[in-house]
Amino acid sequence: MAPSQEELERRRIVGVHAEHVDNVSSTDFPHHYLGEDHSWDVDHFRNKLQVKFHKNKPFESVFSLVGIDAAVANAFRRILLAELPTLAIEDVFVFNNTSIIQDEVLCHRLGLIPLTGSLEGLRWMRWYKKPPPADDPAAQAAARASGEEFDSAASVPSDNNTVVMDLNVKCEWAPDGQKLAKQGERDPEKLYVNSSVYARQFQFVPQGNQEKYFAEPGQIRPVNPDVLIAKLRPGQEISLRCHCVKGIGADHAKFSPVATASYRLLPSITIKEPILGQDAKKFARCFPKGVIELVDDEATGEKKAVVKDTMKDTVSRECLRHDEFKDKVALGRYRDHFIFSVESTGQFESDALFLESVKALKAKCQRFKRNLADLMR
Amino acid sequence: MSQDQEMVDAVPGAEVDGSEVGEPVREKQRIRVLVAQLPGSTDTAASFEFEKEDHTLGNALRYIIMKNPDVEFCGYSIPHPSEARMNLRIQTWDDVNVYDVLEKGLNDLMDLCDVVVDKFTISRDEFNATNPESEIRA
Repeated sequence: MAPSQEELERRRIVGVHAEHVDNVSSTDFPHHYLGEDHSWDVDHFRNKLQVKFHKNKPFESVFSLVGIDAAVANAFRRILLAELPTLAIEDVFVFNNTSIIQDEVLCHRLGLIPLTGSLEGLRWMRWYKKPPPADDPAAQAAARASGEEFDSAASVPSDNNTVVMDLNVKCEWAPDGQKLAKQGERDPEKLYVNSSVYARQFQFVPQGNQEKYFAEPGQIRPVNPDVLIAKLRPGQEISLRCHCVKGIGADHAKFSPVATASYRLLPSITIKEPILGQDAKKFARCFPKGVIELVDDEATGEKKAVVKDTMKDTVSRECLRHDEFKDKVALGRYRDHFIFSVESTGQFESDALFLESVKALKAKCQRFKRNLADLMR
Repeated sequence: MSQDQEMVDAVPGAEVDGSEVGEPVREKQRIRVLVAQLPGSTDTAASFEFEKEDHTLGNALRYIIMKNPDVEFCGYSIPHPSEARMNLRIQTWDDVNVYDVLEKGLNDLMDLCDVVVDKFTISRDEFNATNPESEIRA
């Protein structure tokens, strides 16, 4: 007893109305519909799943996943944001900072600079586990109570868990700066040397095997060399050393590999009764450009509104505010059509990140399968 | 850390196999009993506690277990937002063992991931082949 095409379409659409949404929950579970089998079947899933790419650039990937449940799509999105490891500045040792930006503010800014380097090297890097501070007994007790085995090798900075970067910048008068100043020149770029500190001035200091793994052009460097770190004036100086470690976004947003990773559901617009003439023009203006198309209607000889591309729609529901349209149109979203947008910060490529997120979910399952086997023993 | 530390080279043998991409815990000895049985369980109804897990695994696992026709009920909850633990409740029909159901759930979720990786890779490679400008890499 297979459901009709009409019924299947109804189940696929989340209804969007003027003041509420309906039909929000998935119903594709066993025992939900009499005589229908919705039990898990990999082959059925493989046949049903579609992946369509709309854009694939290193810094932005847009693609549709069709035929997947929100629970799983959301897991991928959450993993992208919070659970994929990246390298970022974690510890800063400030030797001298006479700029007007305070040490702690400067260090926070440094941490947020996206870094990149040889992918092979980044994969080779291991976790650095920060030992609890020596002067904080509470943190030490918490570390002991967590029951995690203390791996001393992971708590010592070494070439396979810490990357060192130096930043030494001193601002001085330009050779003819004082003369220019007397002539009324105000531009700091002309008057001084190093009046602005940029991310490109970081120097990577390879340790041990890092010489090999992060050899040119794969050296650790900021993704964007033009990130402004601070401004200086003659006599001011910044001298510091950074330790960069691997971490995950759940710990700190600076470790998140993506600027954003989000999805939206594909909008659906159903015109139930023909919309003609002046109404059709007005109807088209209720949507972003390109969503509604006007075609010649053979029956009446007037212009008729037809749906062209719902991908461009924002589901503003503007058309439902007009009495002449509200009963002629049904708005909704396809429950199983996820338009993903992944914007990488530059350490990895956006499409590769999505694949990593899927693999990370699988790794989670594997881990708990092992744990479950231990529990049963 | 209050003072600068000398960098030392890695201890030989400290490098572990990094094939499990993206898993925060890589060290071999770090596998702990994370799935703890809560009291009041029987073979057909039990709650499991997952440490350091949240909606990411909870909802995905709940969905895939609910897809199993032997399951009467499956739900998950995060009892308190400041404790990193997730509870999963499974109740099954008749003589079906909940542990088998949980294991099947994990297996099914892994199969699902494999399918997504396959399809995604194929689609991306096709797209890159037809849109050469996407090939330009940073």
